[in-house]
Amino acid sequence: MNATTTANGHAEGHAGGHPDHGHQPAGLMRWLTTTNHKDIGTMYLWFSFAMFIVGGCMALMIRSELFQPGLQIVKPEFFNQLTTLHGLIMVFGAIMPAFVGFANWMIPLQIGASDMAFGRMNNWSFWLLPPAALLLVLSMFVPGGAAAAGWTLYPPLTIQQGMGMDMAIFAIHILGMSSIMGSINIITTILNLRAPGMTLMKMPLFSWTWLVTAYLIIAVMPILAGVVTMTLTDRHFGTHFFSAAGGGDPVLFQHIFWFFGHPEVYIVIIPGFGVVSQVISAFSRKPVFGYASMVYAIAAIGILSFTVWAHHMYTTGMPISAQLYFMYATMLIAVPTGVKIFNWTATMWRGSLSFETPMLFAIGFIFLFTLGGFSGLVLAMAAVDVQMQDTYYVVAHFHYTMVAGALFSAFAGAYYWLPKWTGHMYNEKLGKVHFWLSFIFFNMTFFVQHFLGIAGMPRRIPDYALQFTEFNQISTIGAFGFGLSQLLFLYIAISCIKGGEKAPAKPWDGAEGLEWEVPSPAPHHTWVVQPIVK
Amino acid sequence: MSAATGAKNWRTLLRLAAFSVLMFGFGYALIPLYPVMCKTLGINQTGVDDRPAVSAQVDETRSVVVEFDSNVHGMPWKFRPLVSHVTVHPGAITQVSFEVVNTLPTPVTGQAIPSYGPPLAAEYFRKLECFCFNKQTLKPGERREMPVVFVIDPALPKDISTVTLSYTFFEVEGNRRTAGRNPGASA
Ligand code: HEM
Ligand SMILES: [Cu+2]
Repeated sequence: MNATTTANGHAEGHAGGHPDHGHQPAGLMRWLTTTNHKDIGTMYLWFSFAMFIVGGCMALMIRSELFQPGLQIVKPEFFNQLTTLHGLIMVFGAIMPAFVGFANWMIPLQIGASDMAFGRMNNWSFWLLPPAALLLVLSMFVPGGAAAAGWTLYPPLTIQQGMGMDMAIFAIHILGMSSIMGSINIITTILNLRAPGMTLMKMPLFSWTWLVTAYLIIAVMPILAGVVTMTLTDRHFGTHFFSAAGGGDPVLFQHIFWFFGHPEVYIVIIPGFGVVSQVISAFSRKPVFGYASMVYAIAAIGILSFTVWAHHMYTTGMPISAQLYFMYATMLIAVPTGVKIFNWTATMWRGSLSFETPMLFAIGFIFLFTLGGFSGLVLAMAAVDVQMQDTYYVVAHFHYTMVAGALFSAFAGAYYWLPKWTGHMYNEKLGKVHFWLSFIFFNMTFFVQHFLGIAGMPRRIPDYALQFTEFNQISTIGAFGFGLSQLLFLYIAISCIKGGEKAPAKPWDGAEGLEWEVPSPAPHHTWVVQPIVK
Repeated sequence: MSAATGAKNWRTLLRLAAFSVLMFGFGYALIPLYPVMCKTLGINQTGVDDRPAVSAQVDETRSVVVEFDSNVHGMPWKFRPLVSHVTVHPGAITQVSFEVVNTLPTPVTGQAIPSYGPPLAAEYFRKLECFCFNKQTLKPGERREMPVVFVIDPALPKDISTVTLSYTFFEVEGNRRTAGRNPGASA
C-alpha cells in the first residue's frame, strides 16, 4: 500500500520554504490560540505525560501504604481518594489524551490532509483538558476530600460523599466534551479530507483504529456524561435514579456505567493496536499480514464491545441465563482479538527483523497484552469470577491490558515517530534501557498481583492480611522501579527535542506511509497540496 | 480547504453531534428500558436458576424414589405430605401435595425452607412450582393443600437412587402473633 505521490515535491518545497508563514503570535499566545494540528498534538502529548506523572505519584503513594500490612502512611479515607483519582486521571487524563495527541499529529500526515477538519474546535478540545485536570487535583483539598468511590463511581457512595464528588463529576463532563469534540474532528477529517486515491482500505492501520475509536467515543461518552449527571441530580436535585432511599436502583447504575465502561476499555486499547500494527510491519520490513482482516477485526471488536458489559457484574445477582450469555459473549470478543495477535505474529514470521526501541515495545506489547487477554478470559468465566471479583487478580488483569497494552503501545509510537516530530534521532541505547527497565519492573509490579488476587486479597483496601506481605513488597519495589524508569523517558524525549543525530525524512527503512514523505521534522504546514495516492 | 469541503465537513459535524446528543438521551432512556427488557425477557429475578428445567427426554431406563418429609419449627401448624414417597423417571414432570393446618384462632404466616438428601441431589432437583416460593398465610383454623411440581434432571448421578425432599416451616418474624395470644408469657 505504498503511496507514490506526484504532488509531493511541491508540497515539501512549499512547506519547507516558509514554515512559519510569519503570522502567528509568539510565546504563550501561540499555544493558547493555535489551530495547527501539530501544535495541538504536541500539547496533548505533554499534557498526557504530565498527568501520567501525577497519576503515577498517586500510584506510588498507594503502593507505599501497601508495602506493609497495617496502616502506616495514609489514612484509609485518603487511600480511597488516591485509588479513585489514580484511575480517573490515568484513564481520562493520561492514556486517552496521549492517543488523541498521536491522532492529531499523525492522521493528517498519514492521509495527506493539510490539517484537521476543524482547527478552532481542535483548540477547544485541548484547552478543556487543563481545567478538568485542575478540578480533579484541587478536589483533594476541599472539605471532605476528593471523590473516593473508585473510578467506577458506584452509588450509594457517590450519593453520600462531599463536594469533591461534584468536582469529579464536572471534570468528567468537561473531559467528555473534549473527547467528543476531538472524535467528531477525527471522523470528519478521515471521512472528508483524505488525499485523492487514499481509499479507506488503503488507509494506514493507525488511522483506521482511530476511526473506529472515535465512533466508540461519540457513542458512549455521552452515556457516561448522562449517568454522572443522574448521580449529580440524585445528590442535589431530589431525583432518585440510584438512591435506594427514594426507590432508585443502585445496580442500574452499574448497568449503565458498564454499558459505557466496556467500550471504554477498547477506546483505550484500539489506537494502540494501530500503532503496534504499523511498528511491527516497519521493523519486520513486510506489509502487515492480513490488512483487511485487521480492519474487520477492529470493527468487530468495536461492535461486540457493546454486548458484554455485565461481565463486570456477575456478583450482582444476575439470573443464570444472563450470566451464561455475558460469559459466552465476552469469550467471543477474544476471537477477533486473537485474529490480531495472530496477524502480528504472522507479520514477523520470516520478516527481516530488527529490534530498535519501538519494535521492542511493540513485541513487549504483544507478549504482555496477550497475558492480559488470558486473565480476562479467566475472569470472563462467571463461575470463576465470583471468587475473583474485586480482588487483585482483576487489578493485575487490567494493568496488563492498560499499562503493558495501551501505555507500551504509546511508547512504541512515541519512539517510532519522535524523529518525525523533532527532526532528531533519540538515543537508541537509552531507549532500549528504558524498555528493559519498564518491562522488568512492570512484571515485578503486576505479575505477583495475580497470586495475591487468587489468594483472596481484596482491591481498594489499605490494609491486608499478614500472609500477603512478601508479594506486596515485591510489587511496591517494582512500582517504584517502574515509576523512576519513566523519568528516563522524559530525559530521552527532551534530549531528542534539543538535539541529536539528524533524522532523515524516513529514518526506518521498512516504514511505509505518507508521513515519511514529508521532511523531518515535519514542517508547520504539510500536504497543503494534497498528494495523489496510486 | 475549498468551500465545498467546508460545507461537507459541517454536515458531517452536525450529523455526528446529533448522534452524540441522541446517545446522551439513550443513557436516560435506559432507565425505563431496563425494567421493561428484564420483564419481557423474564430475567427480572435475581440469583434464580432460570435455565430451562429439563431436556425433553424422559429417562425411562431408571427410576428414582423421592421421599417426602415435613417439619414445623416451633409453629402451631400441622404439616404433612399426602404421599410419603413416589417413584419417578428422571425427566418426567410430577406433582405431589402437602397439607397444612393452622391450629390457632389467629392468622399465622410461615415460610417453608426445602432441603435435600443427599445434598448433592439439590442441583438436579428442579421445582417448577412450590408453596415454598412464597410466604403462606393461614386464616384461623384454615386447612390448605399445597402443590409441588418437580422434575429430576436426567443428569442425576447414577449412584443416587433415592432422594429425600424435606420441608421445614418457619414462622415469619414480622407477622408474629404476639399480643393477645399468650398475654401471661410476655414477662
Ligand atoms: C480478551 C479480552 C478481555 C476480556 C475477556 C476481559 C474480561 C474482563 C472481565 C470479565 C472483567 C471483570 C472482572 C471483575 O471485575 O471481576 C474485566 C475487568 C476489566 N478489564 Fe478486561 N477483558 C479483556 C480485555 C481488556 C482490555 C483490552 C482492557 C483495557 C485496555 C481491559 C480493561 C479492564 C478493566 C479496566 C477492568 C476493571 C474494571 C474495574 O472494575 O475497575 N480489559 N475484564
Ligand atoms: Cu469489560
